[in-house]
Parts: sequence; structure tokens; C-alpha cells
Amino acid sequence: MLRYFLSRLLRAVLTIVAVVTFAFVVLRLSGDPALLIMSVDAPPEAVEAFRAAWGLDRPVWEQYLRYFVQVAQGNLGQSMRDGRPALTVVMERVPETLALTLPAFAMKLLIGIPAGIYAALNRNRLADRLTMVISVAGFTVPSFVLALILVLIFAVNLGWLPSGGAESWRHAILPVITLGLSGAAILARFTRSAMLEVLGQPYIRAASAKGLPWRRVVTDHALPNAAIPTVTIIGFMVGSLVAGAVVVESVFSWPGVGRLLVVAVSNRDLAIVQTILLLVAMTMVCANLIVDMLYGWIDPRLRTARAAGG
Amino acid sequence: MGALVALSGLTVDFDTGKRVVRALHGVDLSVARGEAVGLVGESGSGKSVTWLAALGLLGGRARIGGSVQLDGTELVGAPVRVLEAMRGKRIAMIFQDPASSLNPVHRIGRQINEALALHRGLTGAAARAETLRLLDRVGIPAAARRLDDYPHQLSGGQNQRVMIAMALAGEPDLLIADEPTTALDATIQAQILALLGELRRDGNMAMVLISHDLGVVAENCDRVAVMYAGRIVEEASADRLFGAPQHPYTQGLLDALPDLDGPRRRLAAIPGTVPEPTRLPPGCAFAPRCPHAEAACVAAVPTFHLLTPGHRAACLKPAASRGMARERAVA
Repeated sequence: MLRYFLSRLLRAVLTIVAVVTFAFVVLRLSGDPALLIMSVDAPPEAVEAFRAAWGLDRPVWEQYLRYFVQVAQGNLGQSMRDGRPALTVVMERVPETLALTLPAFAMKLLIGIPAGIYAALNRNRLADRLTMVISVAGFTVPSFVLALILVLIFAVNLGWLPSGGAESWRHAILPVITLGLSGAAILARFTRSAMLEVLGQPYIRAASAKGLPWRRVVTDHALPNAAIPTVTIIGFMVGSLVAGAVVVESVFSWPGVGRLLVVAVSNRDLAIVQTILLLVAMTMVCANLIVDMLYGWIDPRLRTARAAGG
Repeated sequence: MGALVALSGLTVDFDTGKRVVRALHGVDLSVARGEAVGLVGESGSGKSVTWLAALGLLGGRARIGGSVQLDGTELVGAPVRVLEAMRGKRIAMIFQDPASSLNPVHRIGRQINEALALHRGLTGAAARAETLRLLDRVGIPAAARRLDDYPHQLSGGQNQRVMIAMALAGEPDLLIADEPTTALDATIQAQILALLGELRRDGNMAMVLISHDLGVVAENCDRVAVMYAGRIVEEASADRLFGAPQHPYTQGLLDALPDLDGPRRRLAAIPGTVPEPTRLPPGCAFAPRCPHAEAACVAAVPTFHLLTPGHRAACLKPAASRGMARERAVA
């Protein structure tokens, strides 16, 4: 078990190294930050001075090594815009984003899972069809479209809620709903198919044959098995807590990590972009690790395989 | 002795959404207390469906007609509560694939405990002790160490023993064994069948053994019913059925088996295949494959003829009438 955990951990570290490298390469290839920040009309000496100050005049491999050593030491560089440490700039946006993504995450679980179970238990009946129509609509409509529709209805026409900004909790309602609905739709669909798969298994019929009331067959025998594939998709959702709201934050002018990313990319603020990517990679990797551990806890078959050194 | 369970005119229709397909065309069968009844036929002949229907386990797509009486209580159309109270307690069922009939995420001890709590109100130490006794009874070695195992840690034969222990937990009057040994290899198969026979005699429990294996049924049952395309076509005591089969289908099944002590001969397969339930021929469903079929066979579904007491066949031309009843050596 420990060996398994360590091998996963090693893989996680390699993933992060790969992400850091990839981000570095892509950003260096995509344009000269000195020209962008200083503007094209800046005197050449000033541009050179900027380059020297940020180490941009060094060979790329040296920049990479320096950057890498710094990252390993926990130093993620400074924002090229305001000179503050990149980590500070990014971290002060994290709570703002979590203020949207955490309630949205709760909404996905609280709506998506029960809806999926309900649909599966009423397979092919009206309730199931209706739930699935809503679900398909929920995840095929892009989030910016959904966001605009919600704004149109609740901000423009009804005037109940603000259409953007972050002054009060009321500003969070529409973005949270936008994020939550599409996630709930995806989760509902996954939960439904996981449940249907499990409900067709022989042990479900055997549990009924044993005399268990249907409700207990569902709660004690079907749900724990259906949880196994569902946990995967929930893991993805945990992974996107930090940066899963780029579009929605932009539409609702919410000052979170997602919007910071958009601004930083268009400004070629390399340190910020890299820091955000690193943060995203780390949350994804952590979420995956948690999911892996959860699998072992939920599925005894996997536990045995891992104990055997799998 | 009155029947413990009496099926009469049992029908099952599956609603596929587009059309309704009849899988069972009126099955009459009764099981007395302590009796072992074999139900044989090819896959798809309705053997399992018959008993899943009787227990109300076919799900929402199946419509069940006719009657299933358990000690005089009607089960067809009975409230779910009545069915749930009966399942496992009065009639228990074990299945073909023991490994997938046990829940993979629960320990086997827990799965047996569940049945004990449900039917006998046993919990805690009492339930644990009884679970151990049951596992021991069904021949699981070192039962105490097995309690906390998961199904995937046991072999197929051991899983079937666990299933049997679980079925015994409710002390049922009737055990439906649906192809209990099909997924197991031959030596384990013999052990499981011996165990089932022993448990039946000790507990005066009736058993229905569903199988496509005539040998298994011949050795383990008092009475045998043969099913074809959703109907029982012949029913008799095991001796009688294997000694003097009357329905051409039963004869065909027996001719397809090798004789252990007779002369070597080419095995005779029944020509053709079982008709799809959606495309049943009019009249006798076996007529298209039957060497003795005549015009009358195609005109109407043959009704049962009582040939001798306890022996009936749904055939217009049973072997006796053809004057070619071949007395077979009974194994």
C-alpha cells in the first residue's frame, strides 16, 4: 500500500515538473514580454534594461534552470506588472475563486447525484426522460451562454440580481448557479449510468432474492458500487476548484484566479501565468491522488491488487 | 400432502417498449414439502424466468399472470411487503454465477449477517456465531478467518457455498437453485450438489434444481419437468422421465447424451434451433424440429396428456402412442 502511494506520489511530482516545463516553453515562444510591457515605442536601452532585470537576456535553457531552481525553493518570481511576488498576487485571488467554486461544487453534488440516482431508479419513465433532457441541455449549453441567459433573465429583465462585480454575496449567486448547473448536469448523467450499470448486476437481484426491501438494496448494495465510477468525475471537479471558473469569472467580472489568468496571459506576465498553472497542476494532481486513495477505500478488489504490489 | 408451492397458468410478458413478448406461456408446476424437483431445458426455455417471476424478481418490464400459491397464499399481484417477507424466508434462491451474485464491496460475513438480521432478528455476537455455524455447515474451511474476506478473495466454489449459507440463513422451506454449478468445474460441481442434497434432507427443505444438465438433474431430483420455449412439455418422476421419455423433445435431449455403459454410438443432435420468443410457430413450438410432427401438431398447441399417474406430456404423438417407447436403463 505504501509502495503504491509512493509510486503515485512520484508520478504526481513528474506531472507537475512537466506542466512547469510546458508552461515555460509555450510562454517563451509566444512573444517578447519586454516589448509588450514596455510597449513597442520604448527606447531600446530601456527594453534591454528590462530584459536584463528579468533575466530575459539569458539563453532559454539558463532561464529555465534558474526558474526551476527558484520554483523548487518556493520562489515563483515577481509579477512583471507590479513587481509583487507572483505567489502573493495569485493567492490573494484564490479565496475569491473558491467563494464561487466551493458553493458551486456543493450544488453539483447536492443536485447532480440525487438527480442521477432518481433517473436511474425510474429508468425510461417520464421522470428519467425529463431529468436527462435537462441534463443534456445543462452540459451542452456552454457556460458563457448559460451565464448570459441568467443575466438576461435575473439581472436585466427581473432586476433581482446584479449582472457582475463582487461587492456582496448577491453578486455571487448568478456565477455560482452557472457553474453549479452545468456541473450538476454532468454529474447527474454519470451517476445515472453508473447506477444503471450496477442495478443490472447479478448481486442486486441476489440481494432482492434475499428479502431485502428495495430501498435497502439501493442504499446498501447499489450505491456503494455506483460510487466507484462516480468518484472519478467528482475528482475532476475537485481538481478544477481553483481554476475552473475562467469563463464565468470573466463574464461576471469576478476578481478570481480565472480572471487574473486571462489578464496575465494577455499581458505576458509570465511569473503570474506560471504560478497559476503550477497551482492548477497541483490541485489536479492532489485531487487525483485523493481519488486514487478513495478508490482503494471504496473498492476492496483494488485494495487487494495494490497490497499484492500492483 | 398439499403442495408447498403451486404454480398454475403462470405467464410472463416482457414489455420491450415496442411490443410485448411472451416468455412464459402458462406454466403449471407444484413442489411438495421436502421434494426435489428438477427443471430442465435449453437456455431461454423459461426455467429461470419461471421462478424469478414467482418471487417477483423480474422488475418493472415484466407482466406476470396466472397464479403462484405458497401454502395457499397468492403471490402474483401480492403487495411488495408480502413478497419481501417471503423472499429468503420462505423461498430462497441461489444463482448461476456465485462470484457476481455476491456484492463485491461487502465482506461475506456482513452479507450473511444481513440475511440473519432480516429473517431471524439476529445481530451482534449472536449473528456472528450463527454466520460461523452456517459457513461451517456449508463446508468453508477455517470459517472464522473467512468472515472478513471479500468475495473476490474466495474461489467460485467457496462463493457458491457462501451463497448457500446466505440462503440457509432464513431457514427457507424451498430453495431455488438456478444452475448452481454451471460456472464451477466438475469436482466442485459434485461437491456442491452433494452439499445441497444433504442440506435438503437434513432440513426437510424442498428444492427446485434448474439445470440444462440432464445428468445433474437425474441424480439429484425426485421429479423432473422439461421446458421448451416457455412451456413445460413433459413432467414425470425422474426414473420414469429418463427411463421412458414420452415427448420427442425429451427423447431428443436424452439421445444427445452419451451412454456410459451402452454401446458406442453417434450422438444424435436435435436438428434446428429453439425458436425466438417473438417468432413462435403456431401450434406446438417443437413441431418444426420434431421427427414425428404432423398436420395436427401445427394447428393447435397440444394440451397435456396424463400418460400414467404423475407422468404427463404435451404431445399429440407421445412415444407410447407411437409404439416405440424405448425403455432406457436408469442410471
